[in-house]
Amino acid sequence: MSETELSRPISRREWLLSDAPQSRRQAQLGALYQGWLTFRANKLAMFGLIILILLFGMAIFAPWLAPQSPFSQNLADRLQPPSAEHWLGTDSFGRDILSRLIHGSRITLFIVGTVALIAPVAGLLIGTVAGFAGGWVDQVLMRITDIFLAFPKLILALAFVAALGASIGNAVLALALTAWPPYARLARAETLTIRNADYIAAARLQGAGPTRLLIRHIWPLCVSSLIVRVALDMAGIILSAAGLGFLGLGAQPPMPEWGAMISDGRIYILDYWWVAAMPGLAIFIVSLAFNLLGDGLRDVLDPKGAKE
Amino acid sequence: MLNVSDLDVWFGDPPDRVDAVRGAAFSVAQGESFGLVGESGSGKSTILRAIAGLIDSWSGQIEVDGRQIEGARRDRGFYKTVQMVFQDPYASLHPRHSVDAVLSEALRLQGMGDIDRRITRLLEDVGLGKGFRFRYPHQLSGGQRQRVAIARALAAEPRLLLLDEPTSALDVSVQAEILNLLKELREEHGLTYVMVSHDLAVVGHICDRLAVMQQGEIVEIMSVDALRRGAGEQDYTRHLIAASQ
Repeated sequence: MSETELSRPISRREWLLSDAPQSRRQAQLGALYQGWLTFRANKLAMFGLIILILLFGMAIFAPWLAPQSPFSQNLADRLQPPSAEHWLGTDSFGRDILSRLIHGSRITLFIVGTVALIAPVAGLLIGTVAGFAGGWVDQVLMRITDIFLAFPKLILALAFVAALGASIGNAVLALALTAWPPYARLARAETLTIRNADYIAAARLQGAGPTRLLIRHIWPLCVSSLIVRVALDMAGIILSAAGLGFLGLGAQPPMPEWGAMISDGRIYILDYWWVAAMPGLAIFIVSLAFNLLGDGLRDVLDPKGAKE
Repeated sequence: MLNVSDLDVWFGDPPDRVDAVRGAAFSVAQGESFGLVGESGSGKSTILRAIAGLIDSWSGQIEVDGRQIEGARRDRGFYKTVQMVFQDPYASLHPRHSVDAVLSEALRLQGMGDIDRRITRLLEDVGLGKGFRFRYPHQLSGGQRQRVAIARALAAEPRLLLLDEPTSALDVSVQAEILNLLKELREEHGLTYVMVSHDLAVVGHICDRLAVMQQGEIVEIMSVDALRRGAGEQDYTRHLIAASQ
């Protein structure tokens, strides 16, 4: 790809791991590859990554993977135990639980993806501005953050959903609104340690304004710890979403949302355990996968790691 | 080039106010190399930071290139005239920015064109080859990092360079290399230096004149020749010279 003075052609791996990259792209790709090597060494994290890739595949190809429609009812076959015909059994309306789980992965990913996009970005903005500006800006932003932190997460989300109306969109919004304060705290703490660093002073002496310092110098250093935190929080977000679904404030029937499915199975839990257990198992596996992924990402991204 | 008079710098508000510098006064001529010497906590780095605009709690007069400076606010003209090299090269480079990113940002902020060619020349100036351009700080040694930091300071083509103990965090053998580099750069670019150090040998190597500081006050301004002869007028200066021999 790049010209080298070496007569021997170098392998792609050597090119990526070169100590003296010849171009901007080689340096960036090399840094990425280094990260990938660190990540790959963590077996459990790879396990989590594979599960999540399977989950993505499942969500994308849901209509082709699901043996039946998630909505087709058959009251003659209601509450059937797992069998060759219905691998994971059927629920109280005779719907195939496996099909509903497969379609439900779309909803789960939608919720997690949207919250994971909104909450950390909002937290990053508020936290870094507060930490960097200091003074009354810091005071105002952090007191607002404290107000949000003063409520238990799920209770606050409940209040938002109750005010906005029960729907999956509002549930996502409510979760995002309750999830950002910890990110703001984290970003502010990071900013405070970075703010007085010599490299910030040096950039200032080059004439860099506050916006540039924030975006080019402070954000890149805060983002990695936020990503780790998000990956570790994913499990919590899934559980909160499931909790809202369970309480009937998230996805509305007949949507195959995993939390709502557990809620449906609650009445039959003693006699027909699989109705609640199967979606519970799905939530458990995906939450675990996100946690494992988060652990692996921390090894790669944490600047306090063994990189130096 | 640089005139400082009546300079007081303090940290915090009363009753916890600490007076870091009291009534400092010195002037540095164009092309001269001036040293600030003293033990740790004597306020020498604080003076540099106040000049650079990194501390806003000061009073007195600072005049750079014939222009008065106020508070912590500096205009573009100031950044084009004055640049600083920091003490710890491990803390003065952004851990996620490659050498290329550091230098091109500095050049862009100073409104320079033809960035590719200038980066190559800056790296050559500080004795680093083209091979270092796309490295990240963790791929560089302490001496190499300090060279990058010097290149960054030179990007603006400044006339006054503030050096805050530029070698104290480095190995002895690397120290000598950096000092010689600084000496060469001064001759090539006609720079004016203000250098802070606690090491009299370093100051003796680089500087023409020096000010000796003790507990926030300048106790004596002397020439390097006088330093070599050990001819301090004040007890403290003689004590310092004796301690370093």
